[in-house]
Amino acid sequence: MTGKAADNSRMRLAGLIRKEVYQIMRDPSAIGIAFLLPVLLLLIFGYGVSLDAEHVPVGIVVEKPSPEATNFTSGFQNNRYFEPIAFDSIQEAEKALMERRVTAIVWTRNNFTKKLLSTSDSPIGVIVNGVDANQARIIKGYIMGVWMRWLDKFARAQGASLNVPVMVKKRIWFNAAVRSRNFLVPGLIAVIMTLIGGMLTSMVVAREWERGTMEALLVTPVRKKEIILGKIIPYFVLGMGGMMLSVIMTVWVFQVPFRGSFIALTFSSALFMLTAIGLGLIISVAAGSQFVAGQIAIVITFLPAFILSGFVFDIGSMPAPIQGITHIVAARYFVSILQTLFLAGDIWHIYIVNWLWLTGMALFFFMVIRRKFHKRLQ
Amino acid sequence: MLKRILALTIKEFIAILKNKKSRMVLILPPVAQIIVFGYAASFDLNDVKLGIYNEDPGIASRELIGRFEGSRTFQITEHISSDAQISRLIDLQKVTAVLHFHRDFTRDITRGKPAELQVILDGRNSNTALICLNYIQTIVADFNRQWALEKQGRTAPARLKVRSWFNRMLNSHWFIIPGIVALLTIVVTLEVTALSVCKEREAGTFDQLLVTPMTPFEILVGKSLPGLVIGLVEGTFIILVTVLWFDIPLRGSLVVLYSGLLVFLMSVIGIGIMISSIAVTQQQGLMGAFMFLVPAVVLSGFATPIENMPRLVQDLTLLNPMRYILVIVRSVFLQGASFDLLWTQYVPMALIGVVSLAIAGVLFRKRLY
Repeated sequence: MTGKAADNSRMRLAGLIRKEVYQIMRDPSAIGIAFLLPVLLLLIFGYGVSLDAEHVPVGIVVEKPSPEATNFTSGFQNNRYFEPIAFDSIQEAEKALMERRVTAIVWTRNNFTKKLLSTSDSPIGVIVNGVDANQARIIKGYIMGVWMRWLDKFARAQGASLNVPVMVKKRIWFNAAVRSRNFLVPGLIAVIMTLIGGMLTSMVVAREWERGTMEALLVTPVRKKEIILGKIIPYFVLGMGGMMLSVIMTVWVFQVPFRGSFIALTFSSALFMLTAIGLGLIISVAAGSQFVAGQIAIVITFLPAFILSGFVFDIGSMPAPIQGITHIVAARYFVSILQTLFLAGDIWHIYIVNWLWLTGMALFFFMVIRRKFHKRLQ
Repeated sequence: MLKRILALTIKEFIAILKNKKSRMVLILPPVAQIIVFGYAASFDLNDVKLGIYNEDPGIASRELIGRFEGSRTFQITEHISSDAQISRLIDLQKVTAVLHFHRDFTRDITRGKPAELQVILDGRNSNTALICLNYIQTIVADFNRQWALEKQGRTAPARLKVRSWFNRMLNSHWFIIPGIVALLTIVVTLEVTALSVCKEREAGTFDQLLVTPMTPFEILVGKSLPGLVIGLVEGTFIILVTVLWFDIPLRGSLVVLYSGLLVFLMSVIGIGIMISSIAVTQQQGLMGAFMFLVPAVVLSGFATPIENMPRLVQDLTLLNPMRYILVIVRSVFLQGASFDLLWTQYVPMALIGVVSLAIAGVLFRKRLY
């Protein structure tokens, strides 16, 4: 390309971008999508999404009150994990469990104290509502904690010390307080930005075909590459703006620690934004009409990013073929990067692996766009 | 009147199904997604990679490690011989947890002194870490009980007998997969309804519809029926997959389940058509659909429980039809619940449906430009 031709190309590209910017400014929904939506969604979800069960309503049934039984059940009072509710009989408590008024029942029978003081190995009945298996397991863990502390206290009161053969001493790295928000909110950024990228761009090419402006554009000297770049650049800038807002909120509003470097964050975000926009453009080019583009965008952006990205559901525990499928979800790589970046700090090995995947995906998407676009020009 | 409604309904069906791509989008993704998500969405851990750092030459540690080797949850992938390796393996996510047995582990345990087992977990996904810790503690508690009984001839003064109702093995697929029924139904229904009015407005055909003898009520019914039919058909398909493919027990009655599904569909269709009537362009319609769908799913209790949300957000979810259908679907499937236990879930959904449909009907005429 001679110098003049390059100048012309740059001028045409600038023109296309300017046109797109005007269009964005005049239909403020695009700006709303890029800036308002991430802030709003992150705000609601950041507060709303949590896996930490607190104030669990638990039914307490003490068939025969005694100092020992009271001592045990007092472990559920003044405990932020539980909200104890007393019942007179197990039947009443079970009814409350059926009606979801309590999530668990702790039950000492009338021979509890007698057995405890004589033969030992006295049983304490625990019933949990297993419908939500994950919460049930967490609550079971909490109840075991109360029981262990009480055993210790009970042994001490009798002048002995609790002699468990093996004592587990846990150390949870990167998130010592086990605050689920710390990993959910960075993951949410990936889910939300997938949506934003898809929404911003899935309509833009289809719209021009539908309105006939694309045909008008084709009779000008504008090249295919310029049209595509003219669509990518403005929405990329918008998307990155939304991304910055999200990161700022994550750190300042939700108090998630930020232990990685700013450079790694920017680079990863840019790479991910390209794949998100690329996907939106593919939808737009492939669909042909805004109606179909909208339908496809609803179906293939949100749910896969939500379920297959590792944002809540652990990818390592999925069956192998499903783990294979998660590799085509770009959000998966970004979630992995963000969780490491926010909580663990820069671990370059993890970054590089994910960057390679993201780069591969972005290149693939843009290749598809070029080819598909070509077909439509004929 | 019936004839006019029928005519419009047929026209709507043609509009939705005529385009091949549009047809594919309605059929393929839900089929693929129920299978893929059904396997993917679970909080249960499988094949958790464990690193073992054993400095103890004795027998007790080996016996405990044997229990981890025998567990289906864990997979011992690394044997470590120095502290430095721990952080490398966890940083690079080669293992989720490391069990560290100190030199004196066996000595302590045989002397009747509590032996310390250090567990180091990757907390980047704190839920996984917590579940993993729970599994580890269960294995250790079993070991303790047996060791105390056999080697020390004693038992703890009291023990917990834990039972879980409705889901004895605490299989989280049983919780998630019935939820997917609601999840995919809401997506498909919105897909059909959310662009239905604004598409016609953009093309100008909606004005033409308004000058026909059809009343707004008739238009409303005609626009709603395709969503209802498609939602019911796909909902039925997903329920069949849930029961026949994934073996989730369906303990309650189909009548309770389907009346829930019907009321739910009505509320989602109402919201979909309302969004479509507010929007002027399809771009806005799509944005509106997302603005409803995404919060409706994230704040429904599908993956993270509503009880864990702050009060204000919990109150907000009262407007979310998905929250109610999830309770209905899960209770019918796992608990075998009947109407008298669930009627409080039907009423709000019906209200949401009626109000949003009414708003949509009013907007048909009010928004003419």
